[in-house]
Amino acid sequence: MRLNHAKLKEHRFPGGDMASKVKWVTDIEKSVLINNFEKRGWTQVTEGEDWNFYWMSIQTIRNVFSVDTGYRLSDEQMVNHFPNHYELTRKDLMIKNIKRYRKEMEKEGSPLAEKDENGKYVYLDFVPVTFMLPADYNLFVEEFRKSPSSTWIMKPCGKAQGKGIFLINKLSQIKKWSRDSRTSTFVAASSGKEAYVISLYIDNPLLIGGKKFDLRLYVLVTTYRPLKCYMYKLGFCRFCTVKYTPSTSELDNMFVHLTNVAIQKHGDDYNHVHGGKWTVSNLRLYLESTRGKEVTSRLFDQIHWIMVQSLKAVAPVMNNDKHCFECYGYDIIIDDRLKPWLIEVNASPSLTSSTANDRILKYNLINDTLNIVTPNGDIPDCRWNRSPPRDALGNYQVLYDEEQALSENAERDLRSRSGQSLGSKGTTRGGTGPRPAAATWK
Amino acid sequence: MMDEETELSLTTAQIVQRLKGTNLHSQIERQAKECLHRPEIKLESLKEDVRNFLKDSGWERKLQNAVYRELHVQPPPGHPTAPPEHTKEPLAYMRKAQASWEKRILKSLNSMCTELGVPLARKRPAVEQKELTSKWNEMGTDEPDLSSFRPVYAPKDFLEVLISLRNPNHDSSEEASAKSHWGLIRVPLCVRDIAQMKEAYSELSLTSGQLGIDDLTHVPPDLFESEHVRIGKKVVIGQESAAAQQYSRQGCPTGLRADLWACILNSTNEPEDIMYYEQLKAGVIHHDLLVDKLIYKDVKLTASNDDYYFVFEDYLYQVLLCFSRDTAVLDHFTYNSATPPKSYIQGRVGVEEFAVVYPPNGVIPFHGFSMYVAPLCFLYNEPSKLYQVFREMYVRYFFRLHSISSSASGIVSLCLQFERLLQSQMPQLFYHLREIGAQPLRIAFKWMVRAFSGYLSTDQLLLLWDRILGYDSLEILAVLAAAVFAFRAENLMEVSSLATAEAVLADLSTLKVMPLIQIFLFATVI
Repeated sequence: MRLNHAKLKEHRFPGGDMASKVKWVTDIEKSVLINNFEKRGWTQVTEGEDWNFYWMSIQTIRNVFSVDTGYRLSDEQMVNHFPNHYELTRKDLMIKNIKRYRKEMEKEGSPLAEKDENGKYVYLDFVPVTFMLPADYNLFVEEFRKSPSSTWIMKPCGKAQGKGIFLINKLSQIKKWSRDSRTSTFVAASSGKEAYVISLYIDNPLLIGGKKFDLRLYVLVTTYRPLKCYMYKLGFCRFCTVKYTPSTSELDNMFVHLTNVAIQKHGDDYNHVHGGKWTVSNLRLYLESTRGKEVTSRLFDQIHWIMVQSLKAVAPVMNNDKHCFECYGYDIIIDDRLKPWLIEVNASPSLTSSTANDRILKYNLINDTLNIVTPNGDIPDCRWNRSPPRDALGNYQVLYDEEQALSENAERDLRSRSGQSLGSKGTTRGGTGPRPAAATWK
Repeated sequence: MMDEETELSLTTAQIVQRLKGTNLHSQIERQAKECLHRPEIKLESLKEDVRNFLKDSGWERKLQNAVYRELHVQPPPGHPTAPPEHTKEPLAYMRKAQASWEKRILKSLNSMCTELGVPLARKRPAVEQKELTSKWNEMGTDEPDLSSFRPVYAPKDFLEVLISLRNPNHDSSEEASAKSHWGLIRVPLCVRDIAQMKEAYSELSLTSGQLGIDDLTHVPPDLFESEHVRIGKKVVIGQESAAAQQYSRQGCPTGLRADLWACILNSTNEPEDIMYYEQLKAGVIHHDLLVDKLIYKDVKLTASNDDYYFVFEDYLYQVLLCFSRDTAVLDHFTYNSATPPKSYIQGRVGVEEFAVVYPPNGVIPFHGFSMYVAPLCFLYNEPSKLYQVFREMYVRYFFRLHSISSSASGIVSLCLQFERLLQSQMPQLFYHLREIGAQPLRIAFKWMVRAFSGYLSTDQLLLLWDRILGYDSLEILAVLAAAVFAFRAENLMEVSSLATAEAVLADLSTLKVMPLIQIFLFATVI
């Protein structure tokens, strides 16, 4: 059998055998983490002891920054979540922030907020139409009646890995959420009604080999203000093991619709060699071969675009604590017109390895992440400049660097004022129109 | 020997004969008749005008492509008095070896039938037909118990047969010396040495641009890539097989490859081709064949577990099951040393009138067969098109990888060429491996039989197959196999057993094929 991708990389860490070793803790017992810490010669300590680096679950981060139990982090301590990451990673809040961001852009008269003749945002329409339930029930009904034949997907706000998800195509199926709409968006469990988001189901997904899939891509954020983020090159597609049929008779067969590995693993056809996972480079090769290079590049540009926009949408509300960084798992679905849709963002992307290749990928993901956030494997300093040299990025590439973008824009302004032309206006985006200069991801 | 003129006119006659009665022939005829009503066709210059019309309307090009296709698959006409089996394979001992290999395969197939009590073919009851129709697009979800079925043979078994091949007129009992051949293949065939390879594969030399090398990220695209892509687009628009083939020698850009390959292979996917595919599909739905189980099992054992190809499992069934019913494949047996197996209607064993070819296409799949189709799934997402391209690739190239013949693209020549190249370029390595009982061919054979499919990453495999199509030859497989050994020579010199040598060469998915081939052919100091 063949082993994909780069071999596990060997690296010497100058700080490894120095007296001042990084003291690490984790509450996630995963070998891809522990192996990476040990490789750097770091020392494991317990939570109660003095630590420098804590890779924690989202339950723990809540305590670290809670008003009652929280404590002051020192300059030499670093954690892998932002205090209110849920602004991005909880389905209802992400939607709320994106909706607010669009409105702000519109108010500012930003070209980003341009709408087409149907009233849809040209550049910011990247999440499926979504409502909170029960809060937005009435709004939802209004939308539902506009296209009664469409299918909607119900997801509990606070759960991950595909738990509690179901599809509906009749209003009667969600009667339960119809009342009490004046309460907050997140209804306490005691009321017996969990808060849900309901989104228009992408019923024309791109199929490959007749199968539905979604994309899992990783994005590292080291600071929100200014925004600095990196995209991991080695994402993957997750395939449904059962053939996709858009017919409503299959609505309750979740194996058809959900691509979460946690769900698919229970299917009969789950294959433990490849785990239903296909590398992004396979996807690119396939799309370029069957659809051509231009549309494929445009698709990937758009994927990068929606990642940056989603981060910009939450940046103003994010507590940009200097002790934090975060590695997000982005879930994206591509429809049959090759438009990418942002489905959700995970704060704790699974570090469980389903296959050998998966383990290599996740090991490298953590390795490359640590190389950026703890340069040279030294004791972290939260005042670090957050500008790693290009050759320290590993499989990451710069997705957006606000500082750099600002200085480039300033330079451009200067040049255009002095009458110098830059040649083309920004990068040509294969016919999507004059999208504002956005990025440094190329 | 015939003189050139006689040979040419024989070839022409042969091609005219083959194209008569094809759809293209009747289409061109109709066009010619219809154009007579046009004002620009004058009676006094009728012949000339009709010709010009056919040229301007693109029919001449289609005819050219069809002729070009025939030239690729039809062997040059033999001496008029030579018996027809000489066209299949001129050497008697090769024919004999192939025949006895076929006997073995058939015996194994028959004994499996008897053992398991399954018929070679049966008509499906109506219910079953209906069921299969409804799940045609998801045959992979079916999990029949196939544990008792086994592949009829694996490449390993085939290698043993090739090793035991001998030319009875040739004394191969020479002592092992520096001059002698150290490899396993013991038949005297004429294969190219490195100097001849350099000449034949001049487009791969260090001085000409290559996709797979000159498109890597650190190379500025305006050095080669941009211009090559620009020309590629023109070639696609031109739709000339010969031009596309020449172009492919330097590699096809990913976005143009599907069109370029279809053009080289003259697979145009006309409505009648789609209809033909639908007929084959109906054939699958009506009848259940024993080979279906073998195909199913093979896909499950290979592609379904493959990181690159598992996604296309269902397409593989859709192609391979139809392939086994396609009697048009039988045509290739005029130039294939193999002969389609025959089965007899019950109770009439041995009576020629009651003989039927089994399976209908005459090809018994072996372990790994589905890997010939799998990479093509990256290029074509329409089953009928995928099917056409695969079938043409099979009748032009792939059949040679599992038939015993003396053809330069045949597996025997490839094996010998691999061994010769490695021995001449890396004698120390060859000697070392031979001494520890790790004959290089024992490792490289499976790569070549599958044309490297399933061993390389797909992008690299497609770059390799670009050159197979471009040079209309499988020789490049032997070069790459030798180049892989050369590339890993340092590690291989340290191994002390076949198992460790195999381990060093177990994972080829990180290799970049074009640099390897280029360095091996053009940059190795002799």
